[in-house]
Amino acid sequence: MSRREKTWWMVGGILILVYCLFPIAWIVSLSFKAPTDIATGQFLPTQPTWSNYADIFTGTASDLFLPALRNSFGIVLIATAIASVLSMFAAYAIARLDFPGKTLILSTALAVAIFPVISIVTPLFNVWRQIGLYDTWPGLIIPYLSLTLPISIWTMSAFFREIPWEMEQAAQVDGATTWQAFRKVIVPLAAPGVFTTAIIAFFIAWNDFIYGISLTSTDAARPVPAALGLFSGASQFEDPTTVTAAAAVVVTIPVVILVLLFQRRIVAGLTNGAVKG
Amino acid sequence: MASIEMRNIVKQYGDGFPAVNDVSLDIADGEFMILVGPSGCGKSTLLRMIVGLEDITSGDMVIGGKRVNDLAPRDRNLSMVFQNYALYPHMSVYENIAFPLRLSKTPDDEVRRRVTEAADVLELNEHLDRKPANLSGGQRQRVAMGRAIVRQAEAFLFDEPLSNLDAKLRGQMRTEISRLQRRLGITTVYVTHDQTEAMTLGDRVCVLRKGKIQQVASPRELYEQPVNLFVAGFIGSPPMNFLPATLEGNRLQTPFGPIELDERRAAAVQGRDLLLVGIRPEYFEDASLVDEAKRPLGSVFRARVDVTEWLGDSQYAYIPYDAPDAIRDQLRDLSRELDSEALRTQAIVSIDATSRIREGREAEFWLDSRKVHVFDPQSGENLTRDAEAGARLTQLANEDRVEQVQEAQSQGHTISDDSGTGAHRAGAA
Amino acid sequence: MTTTTLPPREKTQPVSAPHGTISDRSRAERRLGWLLAGPAFFVMLAVTAYPILQAVYESLFSYRLTDPANRDFIGLSNYGVILTDPLWWQALGVTLFITVVTVFVELILGFALALVMAKALRSIRPVVRAAILIPYAVITVVSALAWQFAFDINTGFVNSWFAWLPGVGTDTDWFGGTWSALLVICLAEIWKTTPFISLLLLAGLAQVPDVLQEAAKVDGATWWQRMWKVTIPNMKAAIMVALLFRTLDAFRIFDSIFIMTAGANGTESVSFLAYRQTIARLEIGLGSAVSVLLFLAVVIIALGFIKGFKVDLAQARGDR
Repeated sequence: MSRREKTWWMVGGILILVYCLFPIAWIVSLSFKAPTDIATGQFLPTQPTWSNYADIFTGTASDLFLPALRNSFGIVLIATAIASVLSMFAAYAIARLDFPGKTLILSTALAVAIFPVISIVTPLFNVWRQIGLYDTWPGLIIPYLSLTLPISIWTMSAFFREIPWEMEQAAQVDGATTWQAFRKVIVPLAAPGVFTTAIIAFFIAWNDFIYGISLTSTDAARPVPAALGLFSGASQFEDPTTVTAAAAVVVTIPVVILVLLFQRRIVAGLTNGAVKG
Repeated sequence: MASIEMRNIVKQYGDGFPAVNDVSLDIADGEFMILVGPSGCGKSTLLRMIVGLEDITSGDMVIGGKRVNDLAPRDRNLSMVFQNYALYPHMSVYENIAFPLRLSKTPDDEVRRRVTEAADVLELNEHLDRKPANLSGGQRQRVAMGRAIVRQAEAFLFDEPLSNLDAKLRGQMRTEISRLQRRLGITTVYVTHDQTEAMTLGDRVCVLRKGKIQQVASPRELYEQPVNLFVAGFIGSPPMNFLPATLEGNRLQTPFGPIELDERRAAAVQGRDLLLVGIRPEYFEDASLVDEAKRPLGSVFRARVDVTEWLGDSQYAYIPYDAPDAIRDQLRDLSRELDSEALRTQAIVSIDATSRIREGREAEFWLDSRKVHVFDPQSGENLTRDAEAGARLTQLANEDRVEQVQEAQSQGHTISDDSGTGAHRAGAA
Repeated sequence: MTTTTLPPREKTQPVSAPHGTISDRSRAERRLGWLLAGPAFFVMLAVTAYPILQAVYESLFSYRLTDPANRDFIGLSNYGVILTDPLWWQALGVTLFITVVTVFVELILGFALALVMAKALRSIRPVVRAAILIPYAVITVVSALAWQFAFDINTGFVNSWFAWLPGVGTDTDWFGGTWSALLVICLAEIWKTTPFISLLLLAGLAQVPDVLQEAAKVDGATWWQRMWKVTIPNMKAAIMVALLFRTLDAFRIFDSIFIMTAGANGTESVSFLAYRQTIARLEIGLGSAVSVLLFLAVVIIALGFIKGFKVDLAQARGDR
């Protein structure tokens, strides 16, 4: 590559950085603006303030935000854990065992993945009200499985297919029992794939909005994205924009941390499941 | 250490296809047995049945006098080197080699002693802390061997262990495996599709075709007294030439002129019209370079040379010939079955490197008619095989083996410093 | 060593093998397979197949949650109502518009991003990769809020920054008109989902062997020719998978519209229409019918892709 070419690719890289980070920078900047400071038409706050953050953690907005944060973490983590365990078993069977119906399971996962969520919400709304799951944690955990299971099964099967299963046999020849071969050889090899899949499943469940607003009505189960949607519409005396921005920044922090820590794995997981299979 | 006996072993898959069909084979304690054949002949399946990774449909697998059909791999106490080594990527080289000992709950200092010993033998000491991903192909191969030799296994099993190495390294590792086996005197079963490995490593070689044993014999016997077309065509490189021939009295009429048969052979082939005569490349010679004394022992013919290949120490000439369609088809089938692709009917003859025979010209060749074999084109059977001579060759090979094992073991544990090449074994013979 | 040479014996076929062991083993494997994969499979079915069947059933009734007593079977009337209502066609038009625009732009932009990432210098590659994951990982609601606030007539900076553009001024109300509102919605969608496409395309790029590029260079192809005749044909599978998934995803657009316009000014999508009928107006019958129609639309798009473009998902996704 010539020097000039290098420079151009470098410029391209920097443009990508700007593209990706600019809206985030904007919402962070907004979260430090005082409500009186928002109509200036400026990108940066004239007088940065922590008051919005104080508001969502201890102030007036904390009633809406804190329970939602707790609900989101609880519901999403439980749904991710269940989906990971179920899809781990399924992916093991798909990658390792020979049984009829493999294709059926994978096609079903695919069909569920492209399913319009709103088509599920409508009947669930109805049923949940009848059986008392409306506005409860399980009432969200169950539909979140429909979001996370398909992609988890695909991604994990892709990872598991790459495990050199011959290792298991080698271990058995070396004197391991089936269980020892699994625990000492297969688990260490499979763990990264399971972990990566769990992160992706977490993102997906964390991102949900439709179920959140449709299947909850109070802070008993309302997750953060739904609460954010209500912030803007809430009839408060103050303009809610800056407080909403602060809340948006807070819910973005966990995913940014995950991205920074595990970026390489996440990219592998996303593309493995979709392109390479 | 133990002998391995197989009795009427059959492996049938769900679709009824017999991958291994009625194989009976005895492998003596300390013997180096090669399973060889083209791809799909069932050799790997057979090996995996020995080690217990594949169920045995019927028949008995007896190791060290004990029937092991129903034992799990770990209860058979065999060690195996896999084709792609199957090194555990998450463990260091040390832990990879130590793995079988860890599983058997060997005390730490004993583990250290034995791993270090194995690492010494295989010259892996500097790499013990590294992960397999950071090793070269040859080093990985040695780690796999280390894992095999670190415990006192009843037998070693190798599944095409050298096929992932480049040619030069393959030669070196071949010698290494041979030396190691002699030193440890351990029963070894080695699967390969490479006939050079089969010839150089094996005390005996078992040639398989479509799940059935064709012949089990020492390399020399296979080479000189093959039982049929398949074995004759598989063993030897460049391969044996098969020429169509018709019988006239004691004489075979071939595209390369008449070949006189001795009494015994003539009697064996009587009463057949179309035959295949098998002549190895080195039975030919440039007629101008043959001793006057030797000349009458063979026949001389003229033929046009298509291509010559001069390799420095040897030289090959390619001589096209015509064959009836039936024979041509059959030879094509045979070559396809042997994983090669013969495009035309031509003979490959080995001539002296100093020969001045040139491409595109006619030349005079001599062929040693004492060593030719005659095959029945239909059944492929070798009509002129001398079973007694063959058995004698294998008997000699066996005596050599016993002697070598004793010698190697009396020399003690200094494998790594006895340098050398494959010639070492040949020299002892 | 007992035998030196085994002559080729002509043996009869081996006595019939005990087939039991084989089929036992494979039967056990089948059972284990379903035992392991079954729970995930049935959970997926239960949370999708059951509700959609329920929706199909409900769509045949005239049913308001506020008026449960008057629940009547009316056949396909709900569908008739919807398909003759301009609201439905408006929503379908908006959805298709957003889908086509965003997917088209994302594909071009995503390809450009993928090319830059493939070529990016080693030193900045991890940074670029982390950055590109952020729009993917940020929740849609936050992305929608950021873009909404940026364009908002009161809180935004866009009007003052871009006042020099014709038609933009400090008093431009982006969310006041259908087309300008859709433009902002599309921008937010494109920003959030392009990275995902670019990652898929990057993986596809990585699968095109370098040696093909070199061969094409030697054969005298220009950069563009190499791109069109070598690279793109060889990553067709990746492109098609990205395209299919993004199209279906875009067609279901909901979150951004809810946040930015709440469907006002003719920006309602099909998903939003279904939501408003069911959850907001409690018209279970009508809402269910919209849901079913949306579902059918998605199925048609997916089938269209698979048949029309011959996207072999199984192959593209490495399923044997």
